[in-house]
Amino acid sequence: MSEHHHDHDHDHSELSETELRVRALETILTEKGYVEPAALDAIIQAYETKIGPHNGARVVAKAWTDPAFKQALLEDGSKAIGTLGHVSRVGDHLVVIENTPERHNMVVCTLCSCYPWEMLGLPPVWYKAAPYRSRAVKDPRGVLADFDVSLPKDMEIRVWDSTAETRFLVLPMRPEGTEGWSEEQLAELVTRDSMIGTGFAKTPGAPS
Amino acid sequence: MNGVHDMGGMDGFGKVEAEPNEPVFHAAWESRVLAMVRAMGAAGAFNIDTSRFYRETIPPHVYLSSSYYKKWFLGLEEMLIEKGYLTREEVAAGHAMQPAKALKHGKLALGDVERTMVRGKFARPAPAPAKFNIGDRVRAKNIHPATHTRLPRYVRGHVGVVELNHGCHVFPDSAAMELGENPQWLYTVVFEGSDLWGADGDPTSKVSIDAFEPYLDPI
Repeated sequence: MSEHHHDHDHDHSELSETELRVRALETILTEKGYVEPAALDAIIQAYETKIGPHNGARVVAKAWTDPAFKQALLEDGSKAIGTLGHVSRVGDHLVVIENTPERHNMVVCTLCSCYPWEMLGLPPVWYKAAPYRSRAVKDPRGVLADFDVSLPKDMEIRVWDSTAETRFLVLPMRPEGTEGWSEEQLAELVTRDSMIGTGFAKTPGAPS
Repeated sequence: MNGVHDMGGMDGFGKVEAEPNEPVFHAAWESRVLAMVRAMGAAGAFNIDTSRFYRETIPPHVYLSSSYYKKWFLGLEEMLIEKGYLTREEVAAGHAMQPAKALKHGKLALGDVERTMVRGKFARPAPAPAKFNIGDRVRAKNIHPATHTRLPRYVRGHVGVVELNHGCHVFPDSAAMELGENPQWLYTVVFEGSDLWGADGDPTSKVSIDAFEPYLDPI
């Protein structure tokens, strides 16, 4: 069960206590001249419509087709992505980590929920919740099993705990059977979870 | 602080359950909370480390039973009260009753939203040369400050290897307490899973943290 159900289970009024408190706070902040509701609307709209995993997927697809870009991306993620006009602007300190046949990478934030928002959008509930944050560092293969993902027994699994302002994006392995595909076609195969490290990129022809 | 937020390695929270086709927000109020935090942060009411610290100080039973945005809301409201931007009387009344406190950067205007959607910069000029080189073995200090820190409990006292140097960054332990940026070198330090968890760990696993220089001792 995801966390948010809790509020609704105990909600006997039309507006929950939390909704009322949030509305009251926004009223006070607006009356005091601290926030402009139209600016709040614009922030929300950006996260709902512009910023999402499609940004990261474009970067991954380009890395799969352009070896020079891939090398630059692994050397300095922020700088390399900054050269791409079509992807949303990215802040400093983005580190891109490459999955290989020898090593699988997975990203967590055990202390809060640090996540590469500009590349992947807002994190899903599971990424921010206790089961993932507690277990990813101690039992990463157990966590992957929750996603129906299993790795070869002797493959190294590397967990990156995002404890500072560096942000990590996993560069998943390119699926087989995609020779000659365009960047646009490849981007369709790149899932959010494959860039967190709790999944693989989709295989052509497999059900999504 | 040794709070329940420091979850790495804890048992008993159950399976990870992903929600298929999860929406960006589960209720409109969640989006308002996110936007208020972003707008007040951009206006200079608090820094990111202070906002994290206020979420960590939510009482453990409330922290564990609240959704992510509920924690954001609780942290935001308490922080704005304690920093003098609002009063408990105003919160109870649901309306402004006192004059506003000046915001360091001024109110976030609609025209400035685009600019604030890019993450802030945390790198700073180095006050001293880096103490550690890539490949150095280091021990995470056994420290237990009651205030904000980004050194998780599960690595304290353990030996790891410096793998990356990210330059000098704002030091959260100082910034959260509003004691200045106090820039420190930041490294990715990698630990063997079997060192962290003993025989209960996965021998094929390695875990890294990003560690500020004051968290580390040379071996």
